[in-house]
Amino acid sequence: MTSADNLQAFKRAGRIVVVGASLAGLRAAEALRGEGFTGSLTMIGDELGEPYDRPPLSKQVLTGWVPADNTKLPRRRDVDAEWLLGVPASGLDLANNHVRLADGREVPFDRVLISTGVRARPWFVESEAALDGVFVVRTREHAEALQRALAAGPSRVLVIGAGFTGSEIASVCRERDIPVTVAELAPAPLVGALGAMIGDVAADVQRAHGVDLRCGVKVTQLEGDAQGRLRRAHFDDGTTVDADVAVVALGGIRNTDWLRDSGLAAGVWGIACDTGCRALDLNGLVTDDVFVAGDVARCPNPIYEYRLISLEHWANAVEQAEVAAHNMVSGQADRWPHLTLPLFWSIQFGINIKSVGVPTFADEVVVTQGSVPDHRFVAAYGYRGRVTAAVSFNNAKWLDHYRRLIETAAPFPPPCPTPDQPADTKPVPVDFPGPALLAQGATVVVTGHDPSERRVTAAYQHR
Amino acid sequence: MTTTQTPDTLRRILDYSSRADPYPLYAELRETPVARQEDGSFVISTYREISDILHNPHLSSDTRNLSCPTEGMQAEGTPAFINLDPPEHDRLRRLAMRHFGPPHTPGLVTGMEGALTTAVGHLIDDFAGKERIDVVDDFAYPFPVAVICHLLGVPREDEPRFHRWVDDLINSIDYNPKTDPKEKLDKGVQARKDLRQYLGGLLERRHGHPGDDLLSRLANDDGPDGRMTDEEIVATANLLLIAGHETTVNLITNGMLTLLRHPHVLQRLCEEPDLVVPLVEELLRYEPPVHIIPWRAAYSDITVAGTTIPKGAQIMLMLASGSRDPNRFHDPDRFDPDRRDNQHLGFGSGIHLCFGGPLARREAQIALGQLVRHLDRPRLVADPPPYRRSPVLRGPIHLYVEQGAA
Amino acid sequence: MRVVVDLSRCEGYAQCAFLAPDAFRMHGEEALMYDPNPDDARRDQVLRAAAACPVQAILVDLLEGRDAPAEAQSS
Repeated sequence: MTSADNLQAFKRAGRIVVVGASLAGLRAAEALRGEGFTGSLTMIGDELGEPYDRPPLSKQVLTGWVPADNTKLPRRRDVDAEWLLGVPASGLDLANNHVRLADGREVPFDRVLISTGVRARPWFVESEAALDGVFVVRTREHAEALQRALAAGPSRVLVIGAGFTGSEIASVCRERDIPVTVAELAPAPLVGALGAMIGDVAADVQRAHGVDLRCGVKVTQLEGDAQGRLRRAHFDDGTTVDADVAVVALGGIRNTDWLRDSGLAAGVWGIACDTGCRALDLNGLVTDDVFVAGDVARCPNPIYEYRLISLEHWANAVEQAEVAAHNMVSGQADRWPHLTLPLFWSIQFGINIKSVGVPTFADEVVVTQGSVPDHRFVAAYGYRGRVTAAVSFNNAKWLDHYRRLIETAAPFPPPCPTPDQPADTKPVPVDFPGPALLAQGATVVVTGHDPSERRVTAAYQHR
Repeated sequence: MTTTQTPDTLRRILDYSSRADPYPLYAELRETPVARQEDGSFVISTYREISDILHNPHLSSDTRNLSCPTEGMQAEGTPAFINLDPPEHDRLRRLAMRHFGPPHTPGLVTGMEGALTTAVGHLIDDFAGKERIDVVDDFAYPFPVAVICHLLGVPREDEPRFHRWVDDLINSIDYNPKTDPKEKLDKGVQARKDLRQYLGGLLERRHGHPGDDLLSRLANDDGPDGRMTDEEIVATANLLLIAGHETTVNLITNGMLTLLRHPHVLQRLCEEPDLVVPLVEELLRYEPPVHIIPWRAAYSDITVAGTTIPKGAQIMLMLASGSRDPNRFHDPDRFDPDRRDNQHLGFGSGIHLCFGGPLARREAQIALGQLVRHLDRPRLVADPPPYRRSPVLRGPIHLYVEQGAA
Repeated sequence: MRVVVDLSRCEGYAQCAFLAPDAFRMHGEEALMYDPNPDDARRDQVLRAAAACPVQAILVDLLEGRDAPAEAQSS
């Protein structure tokens, strides 16, 4: 089907199925039409309703400014698709090229794009997760429910997990003048993504805004009352906190379970693909007709030693969607690699935090501009003497310069001074707690001895 | 290493005879994106390199970081934030922004729209029955002057006084000791002094007697960054007074000139008033009011497009050339108000992005939209029109238009 | 009308918050919060804000007025 000879026929009358109808799926569909694909396009999504934007859910929606239903994504063009919504995909059959839906339907395709994203990691005790007042935030229904709970004026909110989402939710609580406790297992907020130095700044910021921040503690139990309403949380240091709302912000789980028997290199870390967004099979061979984009994709980045990196970043979803769509309807010679540097932002406590590059791919960090005590600065990250990332706090206008430094493998620490470089500017160890990008658990076993028979088998972990 | 084929190109650009159409010379300049001049300064003329420089933290806007500043460049007294680096720049700009825009005063510009429309209406009313008007003197100059005076709290009737000072000051911006009479510089220095003294007098009367204007608010308000000193307020007011009309007059005049040269667009604008929004963006790209950032200083050795610029070197940024760079804009010499992805350099970029950009946009949108609807079959009297001296703030000194029966 | 801002491009120039203050608000000095579904009465302001963005990060629905998005209502 996909040789150069019949590429034109495919573009004219082929069948493309997009599994996952959120940001990446929608943008890919638009890009496919923009590329001149006139065949049939089917969008499969587990949520009812039109594709919507998620970043506002932990910000504008929770402050009560924007109703959760008002975040539908603007369209760039008519995608003229058949939408199969409200039913998740349950399997991918690559022998017969069809997607199985949970209701038993089978949807045939010539090429498929997987953009099933991430779901919220639930509280680990099911009965406690079911208590009234215990929330996660991933979908608009989640955000709507939490917004109502915040509007009711809770006596205290407990946020479990001080990553970006948890910190943003704590910020909203303070903005609404709601007492909030943040519990984080790591020594500081944001430390898993940005390291100890920035973590200390984030901790300062939270405390300055009246957050009861408790780091290095684990929530062991969420206790309900007789009516099944949350009333108290217990920590592993023996302390407790009374709260009527708890937000579980422990990150996401990639939606790859449905691909378990597909033969693709899919697991808890996402679906491995090449820079052209073509999925790899279990053996690490590139497939021709299966593409991946968005939070669920795990894509090699040449700048970072070709390591496979999966990112839950908005811009990454958009860019991968465009690259995947282009490659789905292009011949080998015209394929694009997805090579853009990761860009990330978070808005919390009146501060615009942005990053470029991969901060976890670093051994040292140095403040290059601005003032840390004023919470206005840029910090550059380095790995073995080259710049690999940068983070800005209310200093985003400079970040593009650091993108160029990363792209050109500029030396770290940056040798030249800037007019507002702090006096005591010395690189410090970046200090990430626990395994990060540089060490991930084994996920496969290799079997066979002869080169013709060696194969990889997935070793599923339960997380 | 860069070639030095361009010193002559730059000289020709700065020469008054090129004022009406510097664009072919910009194209010549772009053949060497980073061009070292004989005097050791550098001229940067391509979009990507200009944009990189504007986001490069190793550049300084402070004349004190130039190894050999041009005479007269280092004005005495406190510099305004346009000539400062972070953190001072950021602090002063924040203090000024507190009274002009978001986050502290978000509704100021939209709140002025009614007054802007009225002011434009008054000027246009006078055109009825006139066969010939000067778009500059009758319209594009008095309108933004009235706006900035009102905003700052500068009495309108003092306009003839500061008009001369501002003219002398603008004329001295591109002072070249080799080719220009010393008088040009001296007049600029004196004008700067006079203007500051005048603003200082206005400010003194605001202390303790606040009115509803920017000078009063700067003099009496205490925010999280504290308060500006009087010298800082005068430097800021001085900057806003000059920038607040000298640039907008060119934007409006260049706009009317461009529309008269593209009658089908003018016709469309009459029929589709909303077109004025992308049209003003395209003007900012195609015929911007500010053509050149005359200097930045390399704070340390920097490398741009493979060329090393040594610490202390003066860098001239050719914004208007960057906005016509064919490597960034498709068909760049075509005036196309429907252009997509129009990320022009009209207001610069980075931390020094034009402070008053949103006001300038609304002024130009309202002025051009109303003007084209009220002129009766307007025709250019002379093309090209006579230009002002400055190659930096570039625009016609008069723009005569005839209307009505031919 | 529907709006989305690519905040990874946004550098906090606040031009949108000047021109359409009901739809775009600065949260502190640099962070932008916006209404992804501003009232149609603000349409002119929002279009001005989108045009003025120095990094062209604001996307306004291009299908507005057409009923294409309704295609996604049913399964």
